[in-house]
Amino acid sequence: MRHTINLFLTLTAFWLLNSGHYSALMLSLGLGSIMLVLFIAHRMDVVDHESQPVHLSLKLPGYFLWLFKEIILANISVVKHIWLGNSSISPSLTTVKASQKTDIGKVIYANSITLTPGTVAVDLVDDKILVHSLLKENIRALEAGEMNRRVYQVEN
Amino acid sequence: MDVAIEITSSICLLIGSFLCVSGGVGILRFPDFYTRMHAAGVTDTLGAGMILIGLMLQSQDFLVFAKLVMILLMMLFINPTASHALAKSAIHNGLKPVLDIKERNNTESESSSR
Repeated sequence: MRHTINLFLTLTAFWLLNSGHYSALMLSLGLGSIMLVLFIAHRMDVVDHESQPVHLSLKLPGYFLWLFKEIILANISVVKHIWLGNSSISPSLTTVKASQKTDIGKVIYANSITLTPGTVAVDLVDDKILVHSLLKENIRALEAGEMNRRVYQVEN
Repeated sequence: MDVAIEITSSICLLIGSFLCVSGGVGILRFPDFYTRMHAAGVTDTLGAGMILIGLMLQSQDFLVFAKLVMILLMMLFINPTASHALAKSAIHNGLKPVLDIKERNNTESESSSR
């Protein structure tokens, strides 16, 4: 029920912000389409804690701020190596361990790795993530486990 | 106040454009598929992000602002999924990443100097 209400509120905000028309006819059509989407989502059985992670909503903003800082630093480093040229990069393919227990924690971790330029999560098997990185330093930073620990804190 | 916002917005747009151009140069310069994907990541994240933030500062209307925020969020959620799908299908179809850049560069320069 909590997840349905959350999906309803998200869809309502999305519709209101995208439409910008507030006449009675438009609002009722919007409500109708939101109800249709809710019905279809229920039929598809996708309204659960994975598509609507409300239990994480308090901890996610802090993690996003930290991730934003990491993305800026990684961007600066990658741009530097783009202009320095091919001789300055050292690509590598390594597996790193994900210590998250739930699927959603692993997805957050793998997506964070891909979102920071310089590292891409290529494959995920059980708790091992295959990572391709532009520099050896990036892999060392991942193995130090700062990001892993922060995602672990978010899911618990 | 208006001048300050105008200047900040211009700086954001300039930095964003520079990052997008850098991403493009990286795509042309880097040796193989996987390293090129990292260069494309610069354009996807901070390049587009800075341009969107610059446009947000310019927007007079709340609805326009909200739409730009939505575009930014959608991009940050969809891009890693798309990159991961690309990389995964590349490795599962047997595309090997180039790992020893320095050796390859050395052999190339030796063979070209002969």
